[in-house]
Amino acid sequence: MSQVGGLDLRYPIGGLFLVLGLILTAYGAATGANAEMYARATGVNVNLWWGVVMLAFGAFMWGMAVRAGRRDSGARTGSGPGSDHS
Amino acid sequence: MPVAQLTAIDYVTMAVYFAVVLGIGWALRRRMRTSTDFLVSGRSLPPWVTGLAFLSANLGAQEVIGMGASGAKYGIATSHFYWVGAIPAMVFVGIFMMPFYYGSRARSVPEYLKLRFDEKTRTLNAISFAAMTVFSSGVSMYAMGKLLNLLLGWNFDTSVIVSAAIVLAYVLLGGLTSAIYNEVLQFFMIVFGFAPLAWIGLRTVGGWDGLTAKLSAAAVTQGLPAGSYTHAWQGMGSAATNPIGVEWFGLVMGLGFVLSFGYWCTDFLVVQRAMAADSMTAARRTPLIAAVPKMLFPFLVILPGMIALALSVSTGPGQGMIPAKLAADGAPLLNAAGRVVLDYDMATPMMLVSLFPNGLLGLGLTALIASFMSGMAGNVTAFNTVWTYDIYQTHIRRGASDAHYLWMGRAATVGGIALSVAAAYVAGAFNNIMDFLQLVFAFVNAPLFATFALGMFWRRSTGHGAFSGLVSGIAAAALHHGLTLAAGSVPGVKGGYFAVLATYPSELAQTFWTAIVAFSTCLAVTIVVSLFTRPRPDEELRGLVYSLTARPVDKTKRWIERPAVLAIGVLAMTLLLNLIFA
Repeated sequence: MSQVGGLDLRYPIGGLFLVLGLILTAYGAATGANAEMYARATGVNVNLWWGVVMLAFGAFMWGMAVRAGRRDSGARTGSGPGSDHS
Repeated sequence: MPVAQLTAIDYVTMAVYFAVVLGIGWALRRRMRTSTDFLVSGRSLPPWVTGLAFLSANLGAQEVIGMGASGAKYGIATSHFYWVGAIPAMVFVGIFMMPFYYGSRARSVPEYLKLRFDEKTRTLNAISFAAMTVFSSGVSMYAMGKLLNLLLGWNFDTSVIVSAAIVLAYVLLGGLTSAIYNEVLQFFMIVFGFAPLAWIGLRTVGGWDGLTAKLSAAAVTQGLPAGSYTHAWQGMGSAATNPIGVEWFGLVMGLGFVLSFGYWCTDFLVVQRAMAADSMTAARRTPLIAAVPKMLFPFLVILPGMIALALSVSTGPGQGMIPAKLAADGAPLLNAAGRVVLDYDMATPMMLVSLFPNGLLGLGLTALIASFMSGMAGNVTAFNTVWTYDIYQTHIRRGASDAHYLWMGRAATVGGIALSVAAAYVAGAFNNIMDFLQLVFAFVNAPLFATFALGMFWRRSTGHGAFSGLVSGIAAAALHHGLTLAAGSVPGVKGGYFAVLATYPSELAQTFWTAIVAFSTCLAVTIVVSLFTRPRPDEELRGLVYSLTARPVDKTKRWIERPAVLAIGVLAMTLLLNLIFA
């Protein structure tokens, strides 16, 4: 249902936020000791925390896409409604 | 000198985002076989995708920056643009109007006007819409080039050309589907790029209580009741007791009814997203799904502006988070009363560069650039469809092969982007022309909802009636605007160019009442002319008019997915938000 020509949008969304989340988390962890850098953000290591939130969202989207993909291929073996995408 | 310094990590974030954007276009390229694949997505998308795109097509950078600016100017009263000026209209278009747009098999909003009324009504709408899309996409590009130059010191020409090239690439490759997919991606980028701004911003001012205290002080210095910036409805009894300078009737009728229904229910840019849905039920659910995040957006886009205002309270004018507008010689601009004029449009961008450390800064700026670009793509995909189907196929070359129209759609994409770039440079060179054009488009749009409402719900209305109603509605808007003026404005592009017969307390009040006058005139003239002209026979109007169309049957798996159930939920939540922040 959510596939168009073999592209489930949840893959690129999930992938994008997994990569961006990973970059921010790693950068936040590496710069965590730099109190001066995070002073403007009221002392919160926003890179680290927001990176983790984005990672979780990316993983959720990717997981949804994988689950839908499995269900779709299950339906396609029969004569289910999933077969009109082939 | 640029305000912010980017580091490698920020550029990496940007590069990753644009790689995904172009990758989506590339992945969709093989699907673009017919003109309908390219221009209307072949009616194949699930409702969560069209719903988020419906919202995102409207969530250009001008919205993000403009609503932050209004938040800094008007406080929480800006949420009227969402809770009064958007949600009710979004519910209406989903429940009552989508059955005709989607069910008529029209490929565009102007084409619906052709099916319902006649060719001249459609052509009037198509030409003004096409001109408007190119113009607004150009204005958006100009704003982006200027902002990136100011914040980051990037070259204006490079910013404009590179962003135009990226949009061109992904729209040419994947057509409307690619534009819609990228709008959904941009929706999540905006959410993730701006939510930390509200979070860190609130921490900076000492939470909601700290914000309320600081804004009360700001309201008192402006001569307004203390709660004006943190209560949306409290001072709406009279124009003098609220920051937006409008009384409740002008607000509800002008913004909540005429302007908002005119935009959300008739603007092809947003309606096109719903028309790409994979079924009637999905099309009807599209604006309803969009309404849920829409009602929460004030917290994302208005709150940073309010926080910027709070952070500017204790500093001198123009010294705080909101910078002063600069005159040509670089000195702060002063108004007639000798006070510093603030550049409210800089409120949100300044918050971004002052509160975000490198890393998150790259994410926030990417979100901002993404919203500029998807605004451009949205306009271009609406333009190429209206141009190809409503102008080219109708007036220039009828009956050609579909392959020819697919080619034309692609050529119109290139042409539309080239015209937008040209418009961006015109905007830079002649500010007055742009203000003037914006005014003309406001006049053209103001009466539209009367035409559509009569067309869909009154079968007696005729093509001659609709056309003359539209033309006289536009004339009435121009006349009303030319005869009135907002307090503090000078006659000219702000109104009063014929004579000043009445004065409004604020520009917004003048805008709302211009819309009310245009709508009422269009309504009256359409009804009168329709009664004197011959209606079309009923059998030609089946599927186009409410009384001659079978009620759509919703095929959903669960009752909660039914449009009517969703609509009631959305309206109840909006009412609750209004009560909480009253």
